[in-house]
Amino acid sequence: MNNALEISNLEKVYKGGFTALKGINLSVKQGDFFALLGPNGAGKSTTIGIMTSLVNKTAGEVKVFDHSIDNELEQAKSYIGLVPQEFNFNQFESLTRILVNQAGYYGVDRKLAHQRAEKYLKKLDLWDKRDDAARMLSGGMKRRLMIARALMHEPKMLILDEPTAGVDIELRRSMWEFLKELNGQGITIILTTHYLEEAEMLCRNIAIIDQGKIVENTSMKALLSKLDVETFILDIDNGTDIKLSDICYRIIDEHTLEIDVKKSQSINAVFTQLTELGIEVRSMRNKSNRLEELFVSLVNNNVTGS
Amino acid sequence: MSSAVNSIALKSILHKEVHRFMRIWVQTLVPPAITISLYFVIFGSLIGSRIGEMGGFDYMSFIVPGLIMMAVITNSYSNVASSFFSAKWQHNVEEMLVAPVPNWVIVAGYVGGGMTRGILVGLIVTLISLFFTDIHIHNIWVILISVSLTSAIFALGGLINAIFARSFDDISIIPTFILTPLTYLGGVFYSISLLPEFWQGVSKANPIVYMVNAFRYGFLGITDINLTVAFSVLGVFIVALFAIAMTLITKGIGLRT
Repeated sequence: MNNALEISNLEKVYKGGFTALKGINLSVKQGDFFALLGPNGAGKSTTIGIMTSLVNKTAGEVKVFDHSIDNELEQAKSYIGLVPQEFNFNQFESLTRILVNQAGYYGVDRKLAHQRAEKYLKKLDLWDKRDDAARMLSGGMKRRLMIARALMHEPKMLILDEPTAGVDIELRRSMWEFLKELNGQGITIILTTHYLEEAEMLCRNIAIIDQGKIVENTSMKALLSKLDVETFILDIDNGTDIKLSDICYRIIDEHTLEIDVKKSQSINAVFTQLTELGIEVRSMRNKSNRLEELFVSLVNNNVTGS
Repeated sequence: MSSAVNSIALKSILHKEVHRFMRIWVQTLVPPAITISLYFVIFGSLIGSRIGEMGGFDYMSFIVPGLIMMAVITNSYSNVASSFFSAKWQHNVEEMLVAPVPNWVIVAGYVGGGMTRGILVGLIVTLISLFFTDIHIHNIWVILISVSLTSAIFALGGLINAIFARSFDDISIIPTFILTPLTYLGGVFYSISLLPEFWQGVSKANPIVYMVNAFRYGFLGITDINLTVAFSVLGVFIVALFAIAMTLITKGIGLRT
């Protein structure tokens, strides 16, 4: 099966000399749920901008479902649905008009466009607002409107640039379910996000970009298996005088203990020692998301190495 | 993409553009009607009655075609300039840029929207003029061709202005400092044959002279400019401005980074 996206030696130098991309290579399989992560200014949005023709590349090649953006740009674009980071719809138009016009730009006739607008507005819980001007929507509703708009031509690949930024957790979870459903229907999804929990939960493959270079490109499973140490926070009863052997730990206060558990270690050893000391553990949680720890370590290594 | 897909995309842009100016008709259709009505009252009825004939017609009949054309020019230009710049400013122009819409369809869609508003305002002004004078029609085809070409030229001009504009001020500079003087000196209110020979020559460098005279010929059968020359000038302007607009959009000037 051919790849949904093939990027080879992609470079971008902006006017003024800033190099945003330093020859990146990336491929995304058809049907994949792919995370493109990186700190602010790493080159994620530039990469997406080049794929969707909003940014002119300096060098390299981009193919979308085997169609090069150099000589088959319109075909390549017809496969992509884009949910950008910033709200970029006409704030004065109604939701229905925004969706129907967008479908028209992809050659969907108005009758079918109205049917699809109804389908996606209902699906994304915006149907009651269909005749309202877009500026009247809340932030979460505007995000959902942009997802509906990107789906109007039923693309084979959906690119979401920070789709859940500023969205409350309940809504974020319902959006995750919807995205999983779309991916289940065979739509290739490329996601950029600052919520690493989101990437870990949704994506099968991942690339981490930093300072215009891909510093990691692998499966989520393989990446997470690289995590050597996990830090846990334990809520405990009266633990001012704790001494643990063979465990790296920090007493934060009399009710909070932080422990670093290596992959080779058993967490049972910690509980055994705490029990012997007569300390009860009330609850335990990860200090940070597992992917977050890896992300920080990869990006820091890149900064140190550069 | 296929011509059917392009045709739907073009209709969508046109639909969006027409809906935009119809939604705010109080700002887009009413003001030019009021402004031109004042011209009819002041220059046509009050002052015009003391001027007497011009080109063999009473002054009101003489200025009606020019005033209609002035409304068409202003509205074709400002519609595209403000609509395209707003789309740039709100970033919703990206909706078209990320879609498989060929650049010529974007240009044609916006120009079509500008022409629709320009010609609609022209029709409104024509209807208002009936309250002040009888309208003669010498050659309907010359009227239709000259109004369409003129409207297209200024819609293209508005588009180019909007592509370069970086602020809302930038889209009012050209109408204020270039378009209005050229229109007033373009033979709307007088026949350029009244000018000394030197200024007649200078006036012929003003493209609006060709537009107004061709249009006036369609109504009254009189012109200061040879019709073939007038249409040739309009044709050259359309080709040149279309080529400039296409080049700018293809290169992504002001649109892509």
